[in-house]
Amino acid sequence: MTVRSRILVLLSAVVVLAAVALAAVLHASARAERRDQAQAGGPRVTSGEVSLTESGRMVFRNMAWGPHRDEVTTVPASDPSGPRTASGVECLRFYAASGTGVCLQAVHGALSDTYRALILDAHLKTTAHYDVPGIPSRARVSPTGHYAAWTAFVGGDSYAGTNFSTRTAIVDVGTGELIPSLEAFRIVEDGHVHRSADVNFWGVTFAADDRTFYATLATKGKTYLVRGDLRTRTVTTLHTNVECPSLSPDGTRIAYKKRVKGLSKDAPWRLYVLDLRTMRETPLAERRSVDDQAVWRDADTIVYALPGDYGADLYETAANGTGKPRRISTAAVSPTFLGLSARNSSDS
Amino acid sequence: MYVADSRANSPALDNAPAGEPSPASANGAVRLPAGRRRAAVAPTVLALGTVSLVTDVSSEMVTAVLPLYLVAGLGLSPLGFGLLDGIYNGFSALVRLAGGHLADRGGGRHKWVAGLGYGISAVCKPLLLLAHSLTPIGLILAADRTGKGLRTAPRDALISLSSTPETRGRAFGVHRAMDTAGALLGPLVAFLILRATVDGYDAVFTVSFCVAVAGVLVLVLFVPGGGQRAADAAPRERPTVRAALGLLRRRDLRRITVCALLLGLATVSDSFIYLLLQRRLGVPDRWFALLPLGTAAAFLLLAMPLGRLADRVGRRRVFLAGHGCLFVTYLLLLTSWHGSALPYAVLALHGAFYAATDGVLMAAASDGVPEELRSSGLAVVQTGQALARFACSLGFGAAWTLWGDRTALTAATVALAACAAFSFTLRPTRESAP
Repeated sequence: MTVRSRILVLLSAVVVLAAVALAAVLHASARAERRDQAQAGGPRVTSGEVSLTESGRMVFRNMAWGPHRDEVTTVPASDPSGPRTASGVECLRFYAASGTGVCLQAVHGALSDTYRALILDAHLKTTAHYDVPGIPSRARVSPTGHYAAWTAFVGGDSYAGTNFSTRTAIVDVGTGELIPSLEAFRIVEDGHVHRSADVNFWGVTFAADDRTFYATLATKGKTYLVRGDLRTRTVTTLHTNVECPSLSPDGTRIAYKKRVKGLSKDAPWRLYVLDLRTMRETPLAERRSVDDQAVWRDADTIVYALPGDYGADLYETAANGTGKPRRISTAAVSPTFLGLSARNSSDS
Repeated sequence: MYVADSRANSPALDNAPAGEPSPASANGAVRLPAGRRRAAVAPTVLALGTVSLVTDVSSEMVTAVLPLYLVAGLGLSPLGFGLLDGIYNGFSALVRLAGGHLADRGGGRHKWVAGLGYGISAVCKPLLLLAHSLTPIGLILAADRTGKGLRTAPRDALISLSSTPETRGRAFGVHRAMDTAGALLGPLVAFLILRATVDGYDAVFTVSFCVAVAGVLVLVLFVPGGGQRAADAAPRERPTVRAALGLLRRRDLRRITVCALLLGLATVSDSFIYLLLQRRLGVPDRWFALLPLGTAAAFLLLAMPLGRLADRVGRRRVFLAGHGCLFVTYLLLLTSWHGSALPYAVLALHGAFYAATDGVLMAAASDGVPEELRSSGLAVVQTGQALARFACSLGFGAAWTLWGDRTALTAATVALAACAAFSFTLRPTRESAP
């Protein structure tokens, strides 16, 4: 082949490849327009005032297509599939308690996307913000509203990098003091101090005493439920095979996802409730794999997200393992039930 | 492209004197006429650099969006994804050696084995569109890395065979600079696509595939194949596995391999360096993801100058000096000085370490390997280095667990100094520089 014909072959191939590439980009960008239009039969969403102190409401991230997609939205807790009121604040993950909200959102920069955590007051006004070092995963606020925590996925910096890790931060909302990574905490495992470079934490859930929290610790391929102490900066392992713990309103039980043997690698989890006094595990009625940090709707009911047509739907099931799971809302994720922690609240 | 191509096919217009084999042929190196010290980089090297640049754009596009795709796109938890890395590292070493051996058989099939490697990686991109769970995605990534393992040694053999021994350092430097430029561009392209679309991961994978195919085409069209060696009457070693292993009986290659292996044992992996940088110097979270870019930028800028320097003052010297940079990197991470310039200094030195060692090692190793075993020989050195670095990662992680990061790094620093001192005593019979 002569030089000229080689160049011609390359140029024509490049033209064809460029056309394919362009078509793929155009096809993907056309989705943007479709998602901005509300679909028929979907929930009715209007914009309005959202307050984090109004009891008896469920606040969540609205996933329904339309102009209010991804906004922090509220519905009456008694009618979660009813008309939605959207706040205009966009979050990937959201949680609130006692008039404090935490919102993990993407910041679209010039060269790349970054993420940050916003601390919101009862009217969803930002009072502080912090950098989040990776893709947001979990968010929580303590029942008192005095602490907030979040987990992000960090990773993949080598060729076809497959080493992902998590980073979990806790902030004192009052003073603004940030613990950027729980990895700085002392780890006590069976009475011994544990040290390892491969420690990961995720899924913080707070007790009402502004001192105790629970979280998942992963090290050497195993996960543990740990009890953390914000004053001594120590975590202590309590139980194995616990991920994304969620403390019950009375502080006696932990709802969590457990990796169950024999399930597929892609859907390995089942929801369980652990009694912290007896350490007895109770499997819940949900038979599907749940990858979410569940929330307690009340002392007896767990709410969690499962993949749905528009990203995620919300389901509830009994905390004692009886009954049947029930879908309570479509196109919604990151739910919070307001007023739940009122009895523990010292202010607001 | 035009430059590389026109030179590939019209040696008469180039620096190669008439009557010499084409500078682009994998057949042999160009002997430059005396006095022509600053010859152009061989067209084949530029073509291979272009292939690497384009391929790295393609693969880094995918790497950059993969975490986001798994978490936000598919809703999967990516943790535990790297568990098989250890097993894979062993497999990857075998693939590398096999690639080198296959490329040497049949009188030099470097181009086609490299092409197969690039092709496998290209095919993996559209497959990502079809996989929606962790196991198939893990398999596709493993296939992608197999392609990379297969192509590395034959590609480096082609670079060394198409440049003169006197300019090899620079040739590798040019190639590594182009390669790194692609790695820097890839994430940018991916980000622009994600910005223009909604959840445009499918678009990223499709574009990545198209870019990868373009890379393979550049290789097929503009990199000359081997196989014209039959006419050569000189007695040749048959490229058997035994002959490949027998290479280690050659004093020069054995010494280079031992050097690479020993120093690899004290080379802490990048992710540990970035983690230490963040822990010890308190680099803010938002900058963490940008740390590898600092290393890459320094590598990009220094690869060619240091390659040239290696040609002039000796490859072994520059290779050892590169490890000196790594040594200083460790020292800086150990100091209690927390100046704001420190992260920049650490990343610049870390990049300089790569620039002074990555291509330079291949250039140095090429001198000790006969042409007909070039791919196998380079594969042996690369594999030795890769396995040593993997062993270092395991050891470093264990030391960190047992004694904490500072002690682990101190141990690595001492080990590096000892290995470098020992390597310094392993003088080759002749210095590679003229």
